[in-house]
Amino acid sequence: MASTLLSLASATPSASLSFHEINKGKLNRGCMNKEKTSPFIKAKSFGRVSMVVASNVSRFEGITMAPPDPILGVSEAFKADNHELKLNLGVGAYRTEELQPYVLDVVKKADKLLLEKGENREYLPIEGLAAFNKVTAELLFGVDNPVIRQQRVATVQGLSGTGSLRLAAALIERYFPGAKVLISSPTWGNHKNIFNDARVPWSEYRYYDPKTVGLDFEGMIADIKAAPEGSFILLHGCAHNPTGIDPTPEEWRVIADVIQEKNHIPFFDIAYQGFASGSLDTDAASVRMFVARGMEVIAAQSYSKNLGLYAERIGAINVVCSSPEAAARVKSQLKRIARPMYSNPPVHGARIVANIVGDSALFKEWNAEMEMMAGRIKNVRHKLFDSLSSKDKSGKDWSFVLKQIGMFSFTGLNKAQCDNMTNKWHVYMTKDGRISLAGLSLAKCEYLADAIIDSYHNVS
Amino acid sequence: MRPEFASPSSSSSSSADRRLNALVRHLATASMVSQTAVAFSPTSGFHGDSVFSHVVRAPEDPILGVTVAYNKDPSPVKLNLGVGAYRTEEGKPLVLNVVRKAEQMLLNDKSRVKEYLPIVGIAEFNKLSAKLIFGADSPAIRENRVTTVQCLSGTGSLRVGAEFLARHYHQKTIYIPQPTWGNHPKVFTLAGLSVKTYRYYDPTTRGMNFQGLLEDLGSAPSGSIVLLHACAHNPTGVDPTLQQWEQIRQLMRSKALLPFFDSAYQGFASGNLDEDAQSIRMFVADGGECFVAQSYAKNMGLYGERVGALSVVCRAANVASKVESQLKLVIRPMFSNPPIHGASIVVTILKDSNMFNEWTIELKAMADRIISMRKQLFDALRARGTPGDWSHIIKQIGMFTFTGLNSKQVEFMTREYHIYMTSDGRISMAGLSSKTVPHLADAIHAAVTRMS
Repeated sequence: MASTLLSLASATPSASLSFHEINKGKLNRGCMNKEKTSPFIKAKSFGRVSMVVASNVSRFEGITMAPPDPILGVSEAFKADNHELKLNLGVGAYRTEELQPYVLDVVKKADKLLLEKGENREYLPIEGLAAFNKVTAELLFGVDNPVIRQQRVATVQGLSGTGSLRLAAALIERYFPGAKVLISSPTWGNHKNIFNDARVPWSEYRYYDPKTVGLDFEGMIADIKAAPEGSFILLHGCAHNPTGIDPTPEEWRVIADVIQEKNHIPFFDIAYQGFASGSLDTDAASVRMFVARGMEVIAAQSYSKNLGLYAERIGAINVVCSSPEAAARVKSQLKRIARPMYSNPPVHGARIVANIVGDSALFKEWNAEMEMMAGRIKNVRHKLFDSLSSKDKSGKDWSFVLKQIGMFSFTGLNKAQCDNMTNKWHVYMTKDGRISLAGLSLAKCEYLADAIIDSYHNVS
Repeated sequence: MRPEFASPSSSSSSSADRRLNALVRHLATASMVSQTAVAFSPTSGFHGDSVFSHVVRAPEDPILGVTVAYNKDPSPVKLNLGVGAYRTEEGKPLVLNVVRKAEQMLLNDKSRVKEYLPIVGIAEFNKLSAKLIFGADSPAIRENRVTTVQCLSGTGSLRVGAEFLARHYHQKTIYIPQPTWGNHPKVFTLAGLSVKTYRYYDPTTRGMNFQGLLEDLGSAPSGSIVLLHACAHNPTGVDPTLQQWEQIRQLMRSKALLPFFDSAYQGFASGNLDEDAQSIRMFVADGGECFVAQSYAKNMGLYGERVGALSVVCRAANVASKVESQLKLVIRPMFSNPPIHGASIVVTILKDSNMFNEWTIELKAMADRIISMRKQLFDALRARGTPGDWSHIIKQIGMFTFTGLNSKQVEFMTREYHIYMTSDGRISMAGLSSKTVPHLADAIHAAVTRMS
């Protein structure tokens, strides 16, 4: 009997229909263990996946093919394109003028040093490398910041920005059940995935104003004000991704006012400290201002871009608390989240950062290389702006290219226009209109300007 | 399904619960801002109070906490037999020669960059890892029915696999052996699975409770997930024989139970990579599906580099490809893409036959030293006439020995002899040396004769 049913299940769709009809009376029982009530058919239905005790049907047959990641998928599509003029402005990874990946000299030095030191590979503590945690907090808040002296910062090494955000999200889910995170509209594509998977509810605050290709400040403030008291407000510390549009210092002060008024908790994502302006301190000004007001602040850091350590996955989650006891408790709970996720973080990237930031000569060198990288992007912005302004006779204001900051520029192109960029001009970018200036060379600015002008004016 | 924690603001997010939580906090803290016109907020507090006031201190991780306690002890005779990290005869951590060689080669390669890896990690690493565990000639590999993704060592591989199963598999219960590695239950519950146990260890024989195992797996609902330690069971060191594995396989296939292998000690248990993979290969040979979490922490000594892989063996190639696409959706919001350093070392070693051979020699040396420690400890206890049958020390396999000592005896050994181990009586043989065996034997002897 069983074998007949097995062959039914593995045959044609119509055969499995009749299999289902046989089972009709037994369906809709959910996924519970009701085997005993269906003695001759040891099968369970759950949604559209029907599991038979058959040795020739995959239990995962019903799984659908997931779509490619919208950001990382761009590079994959670029690789597949053979056109000689193709340009990859997709993922935010720094490129030299020759459009090559760049390993910082100071990182090469640190790698060599590490090999010479020959340190062991023992498990790090769950919270990561102590030397790294110390320097990363000092880097973000300033080495003389009272919150550090008073031990009010819980710092845990995380898997770059993503991993650090995920630890914080899990903390929010566990200790602030029902609390919402407000994310900017638009924001980095992976933010919503992180909060979804961590089961933290989120909603958006207005941010980008397509009319001005600038900040919708009033909308932002209104939406933050309207959020339930005690919400978490996700802020990009500098170099907003994807728009490149940052609040001014005065606007930051107003944002801080509103957040304090509503007892919200500021939650900073700092992926570009030093990379935006070229100065580590300037780029940390927004976070430091909030901390200086005595606010409790969450801040996720990444060394992917500013130290070019992308694949080493090095970052940190910092929680500035109002007391050292609170910080100790929070740190212990962050550890409790990390342990069943990956036990303890990878040591290599942490040692590189600790060595560079902890050595004044290497630290100076790093600052210089960072200025160089940020400088190249500023130059590219200028060249692109010049090309656009001189080639486009419509009088459109392209100055947003200069006003925006960081690796990315929000061009204001819509999806159809982006498709035109790719299909006609072989320019690869994300469909929200974001281009990575880090992937642009001075030599290609004119070509890109042509593509943007064509897409903007001739496609709707 | 949610983990417990000692906070009143517990697991549910329904509005009734939020109001209840608000009340609790209202009683617990001196004052609370008015809730009248404002929507409930779990983070509201009066000015000056931390929004984290209700966050309690988590206890130290029981396994890693042993090392923390050990570090605090000033005694010159202290011995750390807690966490499972290999130590040399001199009691030092070991970085394999072949690992240093690989790193030098990587450093010398000027073409290397640090660009983001693909979400699933280094392709070559994934291929080589699958070959290592399933065998180069595995039909599952030949038929493209395996998807392998680079993950954060064993823990990370288990977590990603479990998250996937919680989302896509119809059975949300995983059966884990009693006892098992302390971190297993939390990995699975936080991933969204519910955890049940099956009998495994028999304290009276200090061996397998095979009958209990068969009964418990036999009564599990069809399709349930079953966690299996591929070799060198942690913490007991008790493994099924090949015949017993065959029986387990037959039972599991007849009930469509889904095997999820945790392979943390391939090559480390017997000293032979293929031998330690036999249990897994037996299951793959029957054409069925399984999950495998692989770790390179111990067998390549890459602990802190966090190198591992999750493999899913499917019935068909197109299924494997769909599974991989969904695994990427689990990974991206967790850590985006895996770390490059450790995996690059593994690739360098596995793809070069000379380096591979060097590795197997160093691996065997580690495994042999542990086997030798087992013999020495057994002999030392016999020489002292310590009451009891201690043959399990030489029968058990892998890094750990489940001594059979109870928590009182363990506490005694820590207090009087400065021996650090987990309270379940597990000792890491990797932490022993010829010099320290006598001290441990003395401690065990004293514990057994003076405490019960």
